[in-house]
Amino acid sequence: MNFSIPKETYAGIIPEIVFGKGKKAYFGGQSALPFHFFEGHFPHKPLIAFEIQDQIPEDYPEELAKTYSSVWDDTLRWARFCESLGAQAIALRLTSTHPDSRDSKPEEAADKVKKLLSEIDLPLIILGSNHTEKDADVLPIVADASRGYNCIIGKAQEGNYKTVVASAMAGGHFLIAMSDLDVNLAKQLNILITQMGFPREKIIIDPMCSALGYGFEYTYSVMERIRIAGILQGDSMLCLPMVADVGFYVWKTKETQASESDIPEWGSLHERALMWEAVTACSFLLSGADLLIMRHPEAVKIVNRFMNDLFS
Amino acid sequence: MALTGIEIFKLLPKTNCKKCGFPTCLAFAMKVAQGQVDIEQCPEISEEIKAKLKEASTPPIRGFFFGSSSTKIKIGEELVLFRHEKKFFNPTVLAFEIKDTDSNIDLLIDEVLNSSIERVGQTLKIDAIFLKNQSGKVDIFLQALDKILDKAPDLPLIFGTLKPDVAVAAVEKTKDIRPILSEANSENINEMAEIAKKYNIPLVVRDKGIEKVMALLETARSKGIQDLIIDTKPETAKEILINNTLIRRAALKKGMKVLGYPIITFANRDDDFYETIIASLAVLKYSSIVVLSSIPKWKNLVLFTLRQNIYSDPQVPMQVKQGIYKVGEPDGNSPLMITTNFALTYFLVKGEIENSKIPTWLAIMDCDGLSVLTAWAAGKFSASKIAEFIKESGIEERLNHRELIIPGYVAMLKAAIEDKLQGWKVIVGTKEASGIPAFLKNYMKSKALV
Repeated sequence: MNFSIPKETYAGIIPEIVFGKGKKAYFGGQSALPFHFFEGHFPHKPLIAFEIQDQIPEDYPEELAKTYSSVWDDTLRWARFCESLGAQAIALRLTSTHPDSRDSKPEEAADKVKKLLSEIDLPLIILGSNHTEKDADVLPIVADASRGYNCIIGKAQEGNYKTVVASAMAGGHFLIAMSDLDVNLAKQLNILITQMGFPREKIIIDPMCSALGYGFEYTYSVMERIRIAGILQGDSMLCLPMVADVGFYVWKTKETQASESDIPEWGSLHERALMWEAVTACSFLLSGADLLIMRHPEAVKIVNRFMNDLFS
Repeated sequence: MALTGIEIFKLLPKTNCKKCGFPTCLAFAMKVAQGQVDIEQCPEISEEIKAKLKEASTPPIRGFFFGSSSTKIKIGEELVLFRHEKKFFNPTVLAFEIKDTDSNIDLLIDEVLNSSIERVGQTLKIDAIFLKNQSGKVDIFLQALDKILDKAPDLPLIFGTLKPDVAVAAVEKTKDIRPILSEANSENINEMAEIAKKYNIPLVVRDKGIEKVMALLETARSKGIQDLIIDTKPETAKEILINNTLIRRAALKKGMKVLGYPIITFANRDDDFYETIIASLAVLKYSSIVVLSSIPKWKNLVLFTLRQNIYSDPQVPMQVKQGIYKVGEPDGNSPLMITTNFALTYFLVKGEIENSKIPTWLAIMDCDGLSVLTAWAAGKFSASKIAEFIKESGIEERLNHRELIIPGYVAMLKAAIEDKLQGWKVIVGTKEASGIPAFLKNYMKSKALV
């Protein structure tokens, strides 16, 4: 029988992101809903960045500790380890700068970033500690220290976007703009950012991530709505790549930590924990994420297999 | 696509004759649109228009039940491509494949029967068994079926066989539980369709790709079979995503009745991790039945949670039951915090308390699932209601202190709560959950000093 494919008409194209200095990484550039190859063009696969931190993590559960504890006391060694695992990009989270952590100085963070950039060839995403005020102190210094390296920095939020945007602009970086699980808030923040003269094509939307079972469906639907508004309805302030900061949310959940002896009906911890991250990540690929920030190398492998299968 | 009241009104005689029992044709049209009244009540309307309305009011994707009267499961009848447009209605059925040649069938059945897990107030489980006729023989298939019927007489079943004689023998034994017959292909479509028709059971129709399966669906439809299930034999994730998307899009947006049926996906893969991913893709992207080759508990938890999340109603905030929850192992000296029963709020607050590593009593108050500020604005998170809840919760007997930590956003309630909760001191906590670990550490420090 004859089946004529019911195609959508699209009104926008997601800007292509190329970042890094030596080795470069790519994502975005597509012209249709996620993996709708029959009605659009997909020049790049989504990108997975391995998350590392600038100190020994305070809250990595056993399953992550097993993988990283031999390298996590040295940011550079940790990054090299990720590179050996096949990482195409690194996301450095400056957790030590958080006032509740070591409250370390912006200059200390900048030194670490500089060292990493001079020793490692991989493209870098630089994330603050997610403390709005402190990030406004830290990010300008690290954005300056990494000038010319064509990084992604973040996250700009409603409470600190002016400083963060100005520093990303001065450092020539891409910018992650985060809002709280709402299409209109995401749009509004992007309008404010572009009004400061920051180029629209260099914004990456973080609609706020979540983990399977913990607000997952909110992130999933907000991502779908942002992508539909941007690419189908042509809202340029939403027609932008999206990031899902998966590892950060997943590895806080009880499902990645409780042992089988604690909760027998949940089954084996190892499989459960890494699949919690893999399934959360794969789901957000389907709702529109172009960039994933992840932690467990096994989970990354599974997500890569899924992407290859989608691009087969 | 269902018609609106105005669209139905345009098809009516507009004489306001009142014979339908309503004062005007418009009032009648509105009731018909809501499905509360049958169009037949209008005596003036022509057969042609009646047929048109009937056609328009049939769901674009057919819905039907399988299973016994007590275990029946509905599949299909989905109305949207994206859950935010309304919601996904009938959750994906997770079926476990057992082969009739398996040596440990009893154990495998037990796995299904012991699969239930409680999560956010719902009991989640493997819903059905897909019994595969690996042997190709009738007697072996029936032996395996007997084992299932013995342990679980009304568990919903899907019979996987290409052989009409096996199908008839199995269906004869299970007339009360309306099994699904899988599968009809281009070779056996005529015989299988006869069986599905005779016993009035749903039939899986299988061929490679949408065009080929459409031809088989037409054949089955022409024989009068209504309850059909589609399998396009996708091999890759790409094929699952694209075929399922196009089938749902064609049914919903183009009104293609021939594709307006639920979809079954065989997730079976070479390893459990990847099978879980393929099953997740099928749950997220429009499959009504997913067949699994193994059901370890960790995998069930992942898939149950995903299905629960994605089939939740976006209009109704997810709620947690009112009560005093323990985070860690709190004792009489542990802090007591209160917040609303919006599930997101609860998860965030609980997560941050866990991060603080300080055992805490968490009082969750029923505010119809609203977040703190919204609940306060709606008068559901008020001083008097908080005071009443705390008094009635019985928490006083378990504490050596009388201090209640409230969310920073409702700091203005402090005095009023202290007024209504005699002997209590109210401490104002943080506005954002992210501040809780630091707040609790300081709070415990200050108490230690006193």
